[in-house]
Amino acid sequence: MDRRTTIKWMLSAATLAPWSGVLARDTEARTNAVLSTTPQGYGSDPKLIDSYHPGQLWPLTFTAAQRATAKALSDLIIPADENSPSASDVGVVDFLDEWVSAPYERQRRDRTIVLDGFAWLDKEAVARFGTKKTFAQLEGAQQSAICNDVCYLPEAKPQFVDAARFFARYRDLTAGGFYTTPQGRKDLRYIGNVPLPRFDGPPLEVLKKVGLA
Amino acid sequence: MPFLSSDKATDTYDVLIVGSGAGGGQTAYTLTMDGARVLMLEAGRNYDPARETPMFQTPEQAPLREDGTPATPVGFYDATIDGGWKVPGEPYTQTRTDDAGRFDWWRTRMLGGRTNHWGRYSFRNGPYDFKPRTRDGLGFDWPISYDDMAPYYDKVEMLIGVYGSNEGLENTPDSSPGCLLPPPKPLVSDLLFADRGRKLGIPVVAGHRAVLTQPLDWKTNAAKLYPNNATAQQLTADSMKKRAACIWATPCGRGCSIGANYQSTTVHLPPALASGKLDIVTEAMVYEVTLDKAGRASGVSYVDKKTGKHRQAKARIVVLAASSCESVRILLNSKSAKFPQGLANSSGKLGKYLMDTVGADLVGQVPLLEDLPPHNEDGASGGHVYSPWWLYKEHKSLGFARGYHIEFGGGRGMPGVDTGTHMEWLTHGSYGKKFKDEVRRYFGSFVYFSGRGEMIPNENSYCEIDPNTKDKFGIPVLRFHWQWSEHETRQAAHMQKTFAQVIDAMGGRVRGKAEADGAKAIAPGGSIIHEVGGAIMGADAKSSVTNAWCQTWDVDNLFLTDGAPFPSNADKNPTLTIMANAWRVSDHILARLRRKEV
Repeated sequence: MDRRTTIKWMLSAATLAPWSGVLARDTEARTNAVLSTTPQGYGSDPKLIDSYHPGQLWPLTFTAAQRATAKALSDLIIPADENSPSASDVGVVDFLDEWVSAPYERQRRDRTIVLDGFAWLDKEAVARFGTKKTFAQLEGAQQSAICNDVCYLPEAKPQFVDAARFFARYRDLTAGGFYTTPQGRKDLRYIGNVPLPRFDGPPLEVLKKVGLA
Repeated sequence: MPFLSSDKATDTYDVLIVGSGAGGGQTAYTLTMDGARVLMLEAGRNYDPARETPMFQTPEQAPLREDGTPATPVGFYDATIDGGWKVPGEPYTQTRTDDAGRFDWWRTRMLGGRTNHWGRYSFRNGPYDFKPRTRDGLGFDWPISYDDMAPYYDKVEMLIGVYGSNEGLENTPDSSPGCLLPPPKPLVSDLLFADRGRKLGIPVVAGHRAVLTQPLDWKTNAAKLYPNNATAQQLTADSMKKRAACIWATPCGRGCSIGANYQSTTVHLPPALASGKLDIVTEAMVYEVTLDKAGRASGVSYVDKKTGKHRQAKARIVVLAASSCESVRILLNSKSAKFPQGLANSSGKLGKYLMDTVGADLVGQVPLLEDLPPHNEDGASGGHVYSPWWLYKEHKSLGFARGYHIEFGGGRGMPGVDTGTHMEWLTHGSYGKKFKDEVRRYFGSFVYFSGRGEMIPNENSYCEIDPNTKDKFGIPVLRFHWQWSEHETRQAAHMQKTFAQVIDAMGGRVRGKAEADGAKAIAPGGSIIHEVGGAIMGADAKSSVTNAWCQTWDVDNLFLTDGAPFPSNADKNPTLTIMANAWRVSDHILARLRRKEV
């Protein structure tokens, strides 16, 4: 196979429709941190060339209230700006739900951290602002006031240390979910994963900027 | 019909090979090119890279955005089937589970074995690496020298395709003219590492990896490999022609559907199968070498995983290439009245002197690399440059006897589920628009240093049969013992110190801290997945399991061609040497077959 043929073939393979975004969602019945059933993972020989979507391999488990909290917090961490949409606009809430609903040990630990964190946010909303509003229902400035106390673990006050741990983990999951979407890759100006006839190395302007040309 | 169901493999063969990876694949290729009839048994399932490789798939198409799970420890798209450090139903045991004293065993159950997913780093052992004991009094010499292996390194490089450069550096051999493919252009981070590294006296040269930076010169290479064998020349040339050159995208660890890197399944097995001389039975879990009345190997017993039935296969010669520890396990489990301690174990050395690679990593962030104009840095998916060990003259003052090389990474690779994570040390906890700006700014500015060094074999790192545990097939499992010496832990500390110096010289900051305690810096045994030894070759039957031809001292028609016979584990990643050695041993087997010695 010559390289030209290869690239032509690769380009056609790469344009096959990725996951369509249709979600199997059945969340209302499930409410808490303990999963009632033990779903199976994808086993030790999954089909790698297939596309998967959240909810396909194991059921999603966020309640409506949890989804609302997840959306509010994810979009505080990654809001829409001139470069890209917000986290929830590109499916990060679905990814988070897939993550905390997964049958693996690490994800099970994260499930506890995330759902406990959500509960803390709602409690803190009431304690701090004296309303019956959930965290998701607060004004943006009120949400930020809470987040400002928990967004940096090394400087968190003792009463916020657990919440700061949750926030750090949740920010990582949100970022991981966001930057693995086409819009996230575009935001970072990633331009690879395309077949090339040759590899040229860095352009001159790059070398100049680094002082190597 | 080259792929057989177990009940069809009733013929007798010249050679039976257990395993289909670097060792088994090379052995099958070399033997069949010269007309030997070969049966290959593979414990895993059949695997077709052309149909199964997830080329260009992106993380959002995978569960958990491609993140690793116990079933796929290095990521969803990794070319590993029924594998990892834990294989369902196939346990092993450890005498220690702490990081400093445990050995984790990576296996995979698929045609081609670990060659489907490996890093493609292809380094030659140098002259010192074959005679380490002569140089410093530690470990064991090989019963062969670099000169014995050099022609086979040339052959393997010509066959599989390795990019790199000849630099004339100490104990870092040059290849013969025409062997190496041109290396890919360095990334900007590579160039910055090279510039600052050289100022610290650290050489930074082209990497050596089994990736086709251009199509193989099939006409010349096939003619050089088989000048007097028209059939082998044709088969080899035809197979080379079918492989495409690298298209500079999609990670090698997923395997390559167009054959642009080396995998046994795209390089060794196709021409061997095309010869009509190779039969393969997959899902054949070998557990014992059988003997005839004279005490010679007659074949093997295996579990046919498709039916659960126990079967036997016969051949005039048996070659084990099941991976170092699995081959040792088969021999230890081959007990008989004549060999009560396991087959080929009259020395008592079977299972002894297991080695992995010394590993330690450090990450830095380099402001000079922030906010660079976007450009495609996928390249050959890593390893465009590396640093061979450079302090051969200074071991006395270093406090450890052997060296390491540096594998370096950087660049604007495809964002993954860890992109934008663990950023607090840079962002002080930002979120919102500021966080997005900072992730964008730092993307591509991280540099990754991995030290890969030599471990000296010791009496406390070995495997044996666990008398109390069996796998799902009823086969007794291995129990591992592991201990590093100060030669390894001090080396790991030196890696950390060196990487911190380089990061500093690049104007960067170390993420976390450089670990001064080598015992904490060193990666647990088995985690670098370079395990070799366990059936070492040597000069006499008392101190080793095989002779220089990797032929067991006790059974003269039984050979090993994986990493098990390695008496040392140089800092050079072992795969290329496994292949060169397998070719060398196979030539010896062919000579014996021709002389009708078996």
